[in-house]
Amino acid sequence: MYRYDEYDHALVKDRVAQFRRQVARRLSGELSEEQFRPLRLMNGLYLQLHAYMLRVAIPYGTLDSRQMRKLAYIARRYDKGYGHFTTRQNIQYNWPRLEETPDILAELAEVEMHAIQTSGNCIRNTTSDPFAGAAADEIEDPRVWCEIVRQWSTLHPEFSFLPRKFKIAITGSEHDRAAVKIHDIGLLMKRDASGGVGFEVIVGGGLGRTPFIGRTIRDFLPKEDLLSYLEAILRTYNLLGRRDNKYKARIKVTLHETGAEEFARLVEAEWEAIRDSALKLPKEEVDRIAAHFEPPAFRALDSESPTTDARAARDPGFASWVRHNTVAHKAPGYAIVNISLKPVGLPPGDATAEQMDVVADLADEASFGEIRVTHGQNLVLPHVERERLSEVYDRLLAAELGTANVGLLSDIICCPGLDYCTLANARSIPIATEISKRFADQRRLDEVGDLQIKVSGCINACGHHHVGHIGILGVDRKGVEHYQIQLGGSATEDAALGKILGRGFSADEVVDVVEKLVSIYLDLREGDERFIDTWRRVGQGPFKEGVYDAA
Amino acid sequence: MGQVVIASRLSDGRVVFLRASADAVRPVEWVLELDAAEVAAGDERAAELLALGEADAETHQSVIDVYRIDVEEVDGCLRPTRFRERIRCCGPTVRPDLGKQAVRGGHADVSL
Repeated sequence: MYRYDEYDHALVKDRVAQFRRQVARRLSGELSEEQFRPLRLMNGLYLQLHAYMLRVAIPYGTLDSRQMRKLAYIARRYDKGYGHFTTRQNIQYNWPRLEETPDILAELAEVEMHAIQTSGNCIRNTTSDPFAGAAADEIEDPRVWCEIVRQWSTLHPEFSFLPRKFKIAITGSEHDRAAVKIHDIGLLMKRDASGGVGFEVIVGGGLGRTPFIGRTIRDFLPKEDLLSYLEAILRTYNLLGRRDNKYKARIKVTLHETGAEEFARLVEAEWEAIRDSALKLPKEEVDRIAAHFEPPAFRALDSESPTTDARAARDPGFASWVRHNTVAHKAPGYAIVNISLKPVGLPPGDATAEQMDVVADLADEASFGEIRVTHGQNLVLPHVERERLSEVYDRLLAAELGTANVGLLSDIICCPGLDYCTLANARSIPIATEISKRFADQRRLDEVGDLQIKVSGCINACGHHHVGHIGILGVDRKGVEHYQIQLGGSATEDAALGKILGRGFSADEVVDVVEKLVSIYLDLREGDERFIDTWRRVGQGPFKEGVYDAA
Repeated sequence: MGQVVIASRLSDGRVVFLRASADAVRPVEWVLELDAAEVAAGDERAAELLALGEADAETHQSVIDVYRIDVEEVDGCLRPTRFRERIRCCGPTVRPDLGKQAVRGGHADVSL
């Protein structure tokens, strides 16, 4: 993976020293809160319901064991023993003290991490396929381009005060595991007719109060032109984007109001002027970055894995875990291992310091020291020998990390909601945990199969409810938590926004409604249809009737 | 029943409540326990307390986001009437071991 050079080190260390002075001036009263607030936000520090919250960037969701151990150490030493992994592949700490935050940032800098651009109206952490560099279906490792984007976008003077925040996602295979169509810019790697590698450029996706699926403004952009094209998009947005109303300031609204064709024309015109500028990276520079992402020294292995197969044959729990939590790897004899952070009855995405240490140890022992964070709020050991799956599973089980539910109903994306967040109108975590308890039985989970539930505690949609097969949105109705349900959303290459089912439900009713929806699906399912396939075939009608007529 | 002035402590972000004091120099204390806060019975006193809190925040720069919440008395303890503030004054309902509730007792009224 990428290692900092002297410039990266200097930049991050300077920022820590600068923030340390800013915090000191704030604590002494020299700076007012009004003056200080934008400065702390530039360093990822928010104020939430119970305490400050620090969001730490995990560039494109890739980290190594040393970094994970540092995250564990910070959780233990400066927080309350846990952290929360987010849909943007970052980690959030819920209880840091302002006066200790500079020390936390200094600790992070030691392992080449920081919280720069995790808040504010700038280009945020670029996210990517958590299986990058390991996926069997990958064209090229997208992290090379994520890193190039990171370097280009870090403290970019022209794009530090955009109309609103800006999120980029890049995937390296046609199967989209990075939700690129719900990002401000989504880049889907593909080949053109002559075999050249480039990106489909998708702009203006996003959720929140005005959800849009992104629009393709260019079918194929040669990869070497990426930076100049991104700069052209950002520059066009920076000029056109609205600054009069923060709810209309995202590029999705700019694109909608300008029209995708006109927006694309403006971008292309700008691009013509700058495409051969210094932003066109020389091959040596791309190669230099790419060298950081050379695959590890995989052993030449047999594709058979008798130990794993034998245990799977006699241990149904292990068989379920292998089936749901492991994925085909590009190297023979290896597997990608998903570690579920969705145990029954506990907050989705949370990991204790002890669990982080276990994952770091396993990464060292069985995955070349590499770890990934997924946008689904799970962790990944990207390169595990199939013959060692049994051993890895046992270690994960012992750490309560062995839940066999990745991609299943209880693998719920969920925002912090009113339990932590000042913006929330209702709680989201208890909805997720109650659903997971209702569907705790593994055989039942297996039977229901692929089903994405996503829960948000307000219309800002951090829990991605618009793109859940079942989406749940918490609202405040006369001071009481209330939940709206949507069906038919999708966050992958067939991205779609869900449709509202009908009147909402009280907190007590939501889990019953989910159970009802699942039973309607099971009744209607043909062959091996997923929930979303059945919904697309039969439409909203039978689900609506089944839920409301029964009531 | 009345109103209490609530804020966040600058140094660590913890939720604090205003208690008026007899100190002539700084007639305000910020306390961590809701039950130790001063409850303003009427609107006039509530406005006075808020003004005291805002002035103190301005002068001493030790708290931020000062505002008023409605509270009632339940079983001898103060409890915010708004659900959001109840969570703020207790801690995350999903982690009863964390926040003020870890000391003060649970969240019986906000369980799902």
